Amino acid sequence: MEAALGLMRRIHPKHSETALSALLGLLPHLSSDLLSQVDQPLQVLCDVDSGKEFILCEYNRDADSYRSPWSNKYHPPLEDGPYPSSELRKLEIEANEVFSIYRDQYYEGGISSVYMWEDENEGFVGCFLIKKDGSKTGHGRRGYLQEGSWDAIHVIEVGPDEEGITHYCLTSTVMLSLTTNDQSSGTFSLSGSIRRQMNMDLSIADGHLCNMGKMIEEMESKLRNSLDQVYFGKTKEMVCTLRPPAEVLPMRLPES
Amino acid sequence: MADDGECGEVEMSDEQKKEIAKWFLLNSPAGEIQYVAKDLRSVLSDEDVYNEAASEAFPLYNKSHMICLEMPGTTGDVLVTSFSELDKNEYLDPRTAHVAIIDHVKQVCTEVRPAADEELPSAYVEEFRCAMDAEILKYVSEAYPKGVCSVYCINGKDAEGPGCDFEFAVVISAARHSPQNFCNGSWRSIWNIEFKDDMQMLEVRGRLQVGAHYFEEGNVQLDAKHECKDSTIFQSPEDCAISIANIIRHHETEYLTSLQASYSNLPDTTFKDLRRKLPVTRTLFPWHNTMQFSLSRDISKELGIGK
Repeated sequence: MEAALGLMRRIHPKHSETALSALLGLLPHLSSDLLSQVDQPLQVLCDVDSGKEFILCEYNRDADSYRSPWSNKYHPPLEDGPYPSSELRKLEIEANEVFSIYRDQYYEGGISSVYMWEDENEGFVGCFLIKKDGSKTGHGRRGYLQEGSWDAIHVIEVGPDEEGITHYCLTSTVMLSLTTNDQSSGTFSLSGSIRRQMNMDLSIADGHLCNMGKMIEEMESKLRNSLDQVYFGKTKEMVCTLRPPAEVLPMRLPES
Repeated sequence: MADDGECGEVEMSDEQKKEIAKWFLLNSPAGEIQYVAKDLRSVLSDEDVYNEAASEAFPLYNKSHMICLEMPGTTGDVLVTSFSELDKNEYLDPRTAHVAIIDHVKQVCTEVRPAADEELPSAYVEEFRCAMDAEILKYVSEAYPKGVCSVYCINGKDAEGPGCDFEFAVVISAARHSPQNFCNGSWRSIWNIEFKDDMQMLEVRGRLQVGAHYFEEGNVQLDAKHECKDSTIFQSPEDCAISIANIIRHHETEYLTSLQASYSNLPDTTFKDLRRKLPVTRTLFPWHNTMQFSLSRDISKELGIGK
């Protein structure tokens, strides 16, 4: 298992789907571990009732069907698939509405879905998903990207209420790739994924949705920032180590 | 690599396993094939399949990454490329006129022998090649702290004098591996130089490829590729060498500048199309007051102006 995760850490993020299906083939006995530990690019289905798209993940899946957060129905239809309790479903509906406004303000497009379910220890779990196609042909407002995708997965475990305080544990993954392409500079492509965790004890006076939302917003900003500053920065540093920029080199003019 | 969903319990054939293993090896980032090989070996837990995959994949990987190996007993290095390949395990180093015999999987040069006359270009072509090698070497040592380069004659190496066409490949390879800093990278350029005798022209075609991998608590990779063309006039070996070196220097410097521009465009333009730093409202999202959204929604619904 460690070796399999080692391979996933090295293989190009663009190939992660192929790599995962290859590993599932080689290690069928580890398939559930692999599926739960390796994040994959998000897929989308259209809710036939509302006409809205929703995001698929392990948490809204039962057998080969996925539950839509909009109509609460499984696609394709499924008898006796699991549903959240009516109280939790109420929170799920609200979370989907608010989160799609959040998504629109930060992403200027994209798709979002929120799923909730009860867990064994009197608490519940929420999964907040965002998928954005930022390419010229997708939802890229500015039209700079030949190809661009951002997939965010936030899984937040909410503990039981203990004298007005609840423990929240958030695990977030962002997978992204972006490619620009033009005649003078060729193709330039960056892609990657990072995963981080955040734990907080918060008063439930403001409500679960407010607490979860704030944590997710803070986490997303952190992840975006580290991708931009640290991860992209490190690859840029590497390029400049390989071939230091021209300023420091003695320039010779072409002798024509 | 088709995953037919429910192939589930059917055991893969050795042939399928080998193809998967080769795929992983060939897709290793620059400088990381040995690490990938180690993990793959333990995932496969089948030495025969692993060895077969390794013996097929390593030569391809080594050539496409243009790895550089030290030649024992000499002061030179040899570049493993498709241009220098004489035989599966034999690679020519034109600068020292030696042939390195290499072990692809271990990525070492095991033996060195002097090149035979028929493996080297004619005296006429060699004069051009040697002059160009000297100029490129000068450029690479100035521009790349750890660059390696070589000039191969890939067409018309037996031309005996004026009146014949021939073609060189100028190869520049620079790699940096620092696994302790979770970072690896490589710069590879291949320049094809066609000496066109009838037109008295040199046609230049360049292919540049830059990659970097940073993997501390994550996995982020850069891939950048660029192609360009240029030309110059057919002159004496020394003058050809100088103008080709200048052309290469010019294009590579320009390319580096455009890479830096791509990076500096990221935060405010390119990356913004994926996710903004701040919402369109330029203030953090009002999680404590989400009621406003349902209120305004209710109103717009009542007025019939909702979506």
